[in-house]
This record gives sequence, C-alpha cells and structure tokens, in this order.
Amino acid sequence: MNAPNSQLAVKGAIRIQNVDKVYLAKSGPVQAVQDCTLDIRPGEICMIVGPSGCGKTTLLNAIAGFHDITGGSIHLDGQLLCGPDRPKAEPGPDRVVVFQNGALFPWKTNLENVAFGPVVQKRMTKAEAEEKARRMMADAGLIGVEHNYPGEISSGMRRRVEIVRALMNDPKVLLLDEPFRALDQLTKSVMHEALLEIYYKNKVTIFFITHDLEEAIFLGHRVAIMTTRPCRPKKILEVDIPHPRNYGVLTSPRFRALMEETVSAVHEEAVKAFEAGEKEM
Amino acid sequence: MASGARATSAGEIGAWEMFLYRFSKWVKSPTPYLMLVGFALFFGAWYLLSEVFRVWRFASLPGPRAVLIEWFNPNPVYGMSLYTPDYYVHVWSSMRRVLIAFLISTGLGVPFGLFLGWSKNFRQFTFPVFETLRPIPVLAWVPLAIVMFKAQETPVIFLTTLASFYATALNTMLGVQSIDESYPRAAACLGASKWQVFWHVIIPGALPFIFTGLQISVGVAWFSLVAAEMVSGEYGLGYLINTSYVNVQYPVIIIGMISVGIVGYASSALVRMAGDYLMQWRVRELALGAGR
Repeated sequence: MNAPNSQLAVKGAIRIQNVDKVYLAKSGPVQAVQDCTLDIRPGEICMIVGPSGCGKTTLLNAIAGFHDITGGSIHLDGQLLCGPDRPKAEPGPDRVVVFQNGALFPWKTNLENVAFGPVVQKRMTKAEAEEKARRMMADAGLIGVEHNYPGEISSGMRRRVEIVRALMNDPKVLLLDEPFRALDQLTKSVMHEALLEIYYKNKVTIFFITHDLEEAIFLGHRVAIMTTRPCRPKKILEVDIPHPRNYGVLTSPRFRALMEETVSAVHEEAVKAFEAGEKEM
Repeated sequence: MASGARATSAGEIGAWEMFLYRFSKWVKSPTPYLMLVGFALFFGAWYLLSEVFRVWRFASLPGPRAVLIEWFNPNPVYGMSLYTPDYYVHVWSSMRRVLIAFLISTGLGVPFGLFLGWSKNFRQFTFPVFETLRPIPVLAWVPLAIVMFKAQETPVIFLTTLASFYATALNTMLGVQSIDESYPRAAACLGASKWQVFWHVIIPGALPFIFTGLQISVGVAWFSLVAAEMVSGEYGLGYLINTSYVNVQYPVIIIGMISVGIVGYASSALVRMAGDYLMQWRVRELALGAGR
C-alpha cells in the first residue's frame, strides 16, 4: 500500500492509517490510540493539540520508532515505517525527535552535540561535521557557545541547539514533543519566531505536539485537535494565515477567530480527560 | 578539590584559572579555618583526656604528644618513625596493595556494572548471585582466601579487591539506570548504533555514579586491606598495627592508624580529582552556578 509520492522536492509525507496502540498498564490494558488516521503533508507544520496524557506522545513514539503499534500502519514518503508485519519502526536520522525536557548530551559541548549525527552515521569526518555544525549554529544565531556545555547556556538556547542538532541530519521530519513546555512565556515567544526562521531556511515537515492552542495556531499550517484517550483526530483546522508569520499575527482578527473556533473543542476534551482521570483514581 | 591543571582548548575558562579561582574562594571562605578548628578540637580533646586529666579509659591510650614525639623521633623508642626506612616499607606495601586491588576492582567492576545496568538479561541471571555474595563480610573470606591463594601477597589483594568490587559494580549499575531515557533515544534518532549508544551515552551518562562508586571503593579498599593485613601478610600498615599490639608498642598503633587515615584521605582526593578531570561538564556547571 504505497502512498503517492507527489512532490519530490519537499519530502516528509507521513501517512498514519488506522493506528491502534494498546499497552499493558498495572490496572490492565489501556487503549492509548484508537483508529487514528492522519495525513501529514510534506513540508508542513502540523500541530497536534490535545489534553495531557491523551496519547499524542504515543503517536510520536510510534513514528520515531521508540514503541510498537498494535494495529494500522504508518508510512513515510510511501515507505512503511511500521505496520502489521513490522510493529516497531527503526529509529533513524530521517525522523529526529526534539524532546520535552531536552536531550542534549550534557557531557558533550554544544558543537560536539550538533556534530554528533553525521559523525556516528559515518557520513562525515569529525572535522567536516564540526565545520557544518559551526555554520548551522551561526545561521541559527548560536555564535560563541560552541565550546560551552549545554549546562552552561540558557534553556532557550539549549532548545535551539537541539533543533539545529536535529537539522544537521537533513531529516525529512522533525518530531517535536512539547519542546517549549518548560520555558517561560517570554522565552517561548522568542523560540517560536526562531523556530519559524529555522523552518523557512530548511524545509522539513514538522510534527509538533503541544497543549498550548495559541502556540499551535501561531506556528501551524494545520492544527489537529485530538480526542482524549483513546487518541484520534477530533477536528483538523486549516490555519489560513499566510507564512511567513511574526508575532503581530497574534492580535489579528483572523487569529482571534481561529482561536474561538477551536477553543471549545479543546476545552471539551480537556474536561473529558479530567473526568476520566478522576475516575481512574 | 582541584580540577587538575589541564589547559582546555574548549571554552574561555581554562582549568588552571578555574583551579586558582576556586582556591582563592576557598581561602576566603570559612571552610579552611573551620577545618583547622575541627582538627585542633579533636587533638585538644584527645590530649586533655589522655595526657592531662588522664580520664578513666583514656588513661591507657597514648596521648597525641607521645605519638607525635615518637613519630618524629630520629631515634624512636619502638623503632618506628618517619626516620626509619621500615616505616616507609609498611606504608608502601599497603599503598601498593590498595593500588593493585583498586585497579583490579575498577577494571572488573565498571564493565560488570555497565552490563548489569544495560542488559536486562545479564542482570536477571547475575544480579541475584551478586546480591547473595555482597553481604558476606571480607573477614569471612579470610580462610578461603588463604586456602585458595597460597602465596603471602595474593590473599591480601584478593580480600582488598572484593569489597571494592561490589561498591564499584553496584554504583555503576545504578549510574546506568539513572540515565534519562531520552538520551539513548536521541542518540538512536541521530543514527547511533547500539555500541555507539553504549560508548557515547551509557558510559558518560553513568560517570557521575561511577565516580561516587570509586570513592566509596577506595575507602572500602583501605579498611578491608587493614583487616586482611592483620590476618595474613607481612609488612603493611595493618600488619604494623597488629604486631605493635602484640608487642605492646601502643604509640606505634596510633602512628599506623593515622597513617592509614592520611593515605586514605589522599587516595580518595585523587579519585575525586580524576573524576573532575573526566567530567569537565559537571565542574563547569557547578562552578558557574548554571543549574537546570
């Protein structure tokens, strides 16, 4: 079952078809994802919004290859990542994850972190990789922190280094799991613009999990609002605000209208999740 | 707590500047003076109890003045002081044994601990055995050690290695288990193979715990060494302490004890320095106060 590979220039079409994921918890089997179908277009920023614990990360883990799925299939550019015969995808540099709490290696300098991918894949020598890393870091406004360790720079900078580390591998897809969750509101707004700037320079597909609706509408081409467990798309919103965007968008009437259109759908799921959570306890 | 004088090409702050900075801070802080006060109080109390007031049980204890006079005596009454070559033979034999035992226990314990933490299968079939052997005290091994190793030196080294090995292996295992799941995952995403993950993530990630283990391990090595030397072996500080007791040379006992204390302190300081050297990232994070 091959998806049509319409656009060759921009890659990174993710086809999620009827995905199920049941995992065994102490209290018994839990259906985290059920019959989830979602087509992510190559080169788009697709925002996945849903209440905490709804199964968004389970979906991301399946695409990244950290977990298996129990039903359905996921394709990347027509190639099977995981399906009935191969429940767990192999993690690889075509789909790089940026983690919620950050996963820069604290024992490597920022430059060594960024150069890590091409070196371990043996695509480049260490010198070549560090040369490219320096250039990409400079492009992302990260100058003068190359030889610092991640622990020595601000959390906002750390996120940027981590995104650059992912982009070093020319991935088809960036999988971002609430990357800015731990940042304060001001740093977050700076990071949003920085991410967009990086995105405009490197066309990749971005699969971005968040529970912040404003963030979702500001960044995304589309916003997929997920139901609470089991997770599947409830509503898919086309954000018809043209890119490139800047923070001025936030006060535009269109932005407000889109917020209003979605806020009730998100709230509904949040209430459901909250009540389900109470029952489980 | 020196970080070692390594001129790092990385970063604006060299290790030597860092050392000077920390040393000057240390001198200006109350720490060194409190340390001196602590030692003064300890020796003062000992002096008063044993030599001045001769309180009850302390009366039979040699006082610090007697010990120091003997220790620094060119013609020691009991034949053991800083001026006698024999003293250094004892210190050196003990140091050599601890060094050998420490190297063996580290060489075996770190890889063993890494595999314990890394491989669930390996842990499942070795850890129960490990945990059964671990509580058996070193002294209980003495007869077997003597039966197994006929020579003078090897049983002592075997006994000294044993307890250190447990401390190193256990802490290394905990170190591997403490590594945040995201790190190996991130490495796998970036295209690292299983062995590359082991080398670039598991080993450095476990390093802080490994060095905690090694510091415990040198300490444990010293106290099992002294115990082993008391029962078996010739020369060594443990042997010196035991024979001085048999020959009723009480000040020498205390000379031996203080020597163990000083050499033991120095050896764990060396391990700490080695740790700082290998974990520059932690030294810099702590020094700059850039916490998470």
